[in-house]
Amino acid sequence: MYLSTTRAAGRPAGATGRLGSARVPATVVALGLVSFFTDISAEMVTAFLPMYLLYGLGTGLLSLGLLDGLYTGAGALLRLAGGHLADRSARPKAVAMAGYGLSAAGKLLFPLVGGAVTGIGAAVAVDRAGKGLRAAPRDALITAATPANALGAAFGVHRALDTAGALLGPVLVFALVAAVGDAYDAVFVTSFCLAMIGVVILACFVRDRRVAPGTRPRVSLRDGRRLLARRPLRRVAVYATMLGLVTAGDAFLFVGVQRQTGLGAATLPLLPLVTSLVFLVAAVPLGKLADRVGGWKVFVAGHVLLAAAYALLAAAWQGPVAALGVLLLHGLFYAATDGVLMAHLAPRVPEHLRASGLAITQTGQALARAGGTIVFGALAAGWDLRGAFAAFAALLVAGVLMAGAFPPDPRRVREASS
Amino acid sequence: MRADRRRILAGICSITALVGAGGGYVAWAIAERPAAVATAAPAAPAAAGPGTLVFLDHGRALAQVPVTDPGAAPVRRAPVCLRSYTAGGTTVCLRTVAVPAGFEAAFLRGDQEIAEPVRVDGTPSRARVSPSGRLTAWTVFRTGDSYNPGAFATTTGIYDTRTGTLHGSLEDFTVIVDGKPYQREDRNFWGVTFAADDRTFYATMGSAHRIWLLRGDLASRTLTAVGRDVECPSLSPDGTRLAYKKRVGTRWRLHVRDLRTGRETPLAERAEVDDQAAWMDDATLAYARPDGGGRVSLFAVPADGTGAPRLLRRDASSPAVVRSPGQSHSQATP
Repeated sequence: MYLSTTRAAGRPAGATGRLGSARVPATVVALGLVSFFTDISAEMVTAFLPMYLLYGLGTGLLSLGLLDGLYTGAGALLRLAGGHLADRSARPKAVAMAGYGLSAAGKLLFPLVGGAVTGIGAAVAVDRAGKGLRAAPRDALITAATPANALGAAFGVHRALDTAGALLGPVLVFALVAAVGDAYDAVFVTSFCLAMIGVVILACFVRDRRVAPGTRPRVSLRDGRRLLARRPLRRVAVYATMLGLVTAGDAFLFVGVQRQTGLGAATLPLLPLVTSLVFLVAAVPLGKLADRVGGWKVFVAGHVLLAAAYALLAAAWQGPVAALGVLLLHGLFYAATDGVLMAHLAPRVPEHLRASGLAITQTGQALARAGGTIVFGALAAGWDLRGAFAAFAALLVAGVLMAGAFPPDPRRVREASS
Repeated sequence: MRADRRRILAGICSITALVGAGGGYVAWAIAERPAAVATAAPAAPAAAGPGTLVFLDHGRALAQVPVTDPGAAPVRRAPVCLRSYTAGGTTVCLRTVAVPAGFEAAFLRGDQEIAEPVRVDGTPSRARVSPSGRLTAWTVFRTGDSYNPGAFATTTGIYDTRTGTLHGSLEDFTVIVDGKPYQREDRNFWGVTFAADDRTFYATMGSAHRIWLLRGDLASRTLTAVGRDVECPSLSPDGTRLAYKKRVGTRWRLHVRDLRTGRETPLAERAEVDDQAAWMDDATLAYARPDGGGRVSLFAVPADGTGAPRLLRRDASSPAVVRSPGQSHSQATP
């Protein structure tokens, strides 16, 4: 039964040879729905945790802040582990299942651990571990199910559904708290059920492709590291990391929008919603554009948009139009870079090491962005917000010029654009 | 093919079961919620009377008991809040809004809203009302506004319920430290307490890892540093002392400072208290802290450093004691 699936989806990169825009496979839509439900569930807990700690348990938020930094590092490591395990076992679906399952189980831990901050910390850790574990194998599953000429669209569909879930989560949790009041258990149970719906969709509606054990190469840890010696991946990873280092961090951008454009302080929590909505709407069209003109071009252009957003903030134009402009650019930046980078990279990594390659690049980018945020924070505190945005806009332009002038694999880019 | 169909069927059944379970649990939780005593609402005075402890019970509903019998069955009222405070007949209630997801401050007299709620951009932390019931203030935690990733920022707003003026957030005020304007970007403000003149207030500012006590003036929109290491101050009814939390080692302990002499007295509560205390009278403070049983409860402790803390009420937060008019000032004269 798996034979036909293997043939159809096993060698998507060029093997099918179809041209023109291909349709996004049902497996990708199913994976998108998995992320949709998982993200509602995850964002519910993220939005609820400060309320839970403050009102439910009476502990401060300081502990939460400390935990957060810790888990960013741990999450990065687990992402690499998830990629490696998926390649080593050649069963990305099983590893992704473990990741989604772990996060779902984490939701039930919260009410079980009671008031101890260490217990809450452990529950958050389980949740984040699952998140780290599942990312790379899931992206490998999307790649495996999709013809190479539709990867941009496929990742676009996935990221759009993912973002939709992230938007719905907080709405659900605030409505629940308003309706139930002391709704701690109800929030965690609802979150758990939604996460389990994601797991069920993954288990029942996503087809795994299996390679006969004899035909695939054995994957060791060293193979993963050697990936970085391969030129296309190394260059893409280095560029993604470099550009990540000159990304200011969303929090600063939103504060910048609120202050530089003269909006009231109460608008601050609404600003991320605008970015997410733009990302949601633009993810698929920009993914399709990447399929047509080449992912690298769209990825680089996305950073040009971000530089423009920073420049607008540095110029400190007043008024809601300027604010909308910045948020529009910011949302488009995500739509042009997040899934598009994966769509560009995935076919350039050997199939048996794909999850590792994606994980390495994602991790480099995530850590670089965290570093960029710290640098930006130091600049803004010592100097001022406008100056910091001007500096980062200039740095981004420099990075973009390099990435545009010396693309990671010139041959392929020329091929795609001709 | 058969296996495929069975798998799809199993998937659909599982999802249906999960939707049923989740929805059922929420419906049950809503049904289980103790109802506000709608019938008792008219019986309860529109504004809580003198000698009444107003608080949030475990269901986050506004509730009240006689201060002399805090363990009594409470009169539950309709408003549901995350944080609240009542004085001079006015209640400020910080609560959630679903769309777009966030928080707001509502202003009540009795259970009636007297003004449009104000949206606040963060998780509510402190709430206060001036003794006359005219001015209200709140502090919220903001995530994602911090110059130090992983740390949390706070912001504080003041609203005049009589004129409908929103006095912005304290970031917009002029801060004077050591006679000079203080303008660092990393300023955070929290924990307002009002004086009886509806113009003077105290608040805390944190910046560059230091903590200041500020005295604010609403008319001139200035905040002047008058002390250090005082967080979430609470002005005594007679206006002579501040109760506050102070970081001692790694924990917050309750202290009282005499505003004239500057003398600081640690209170008998040894446990960590992360709350803005409320004066029950000129000699006693009420506050919420974890009770060791996994819940937050109300405690009281003498304001002069003697005695011992006593449990006021289990499973409750946001204490406010409504005093009889004139009581505080008559006691102010020695």
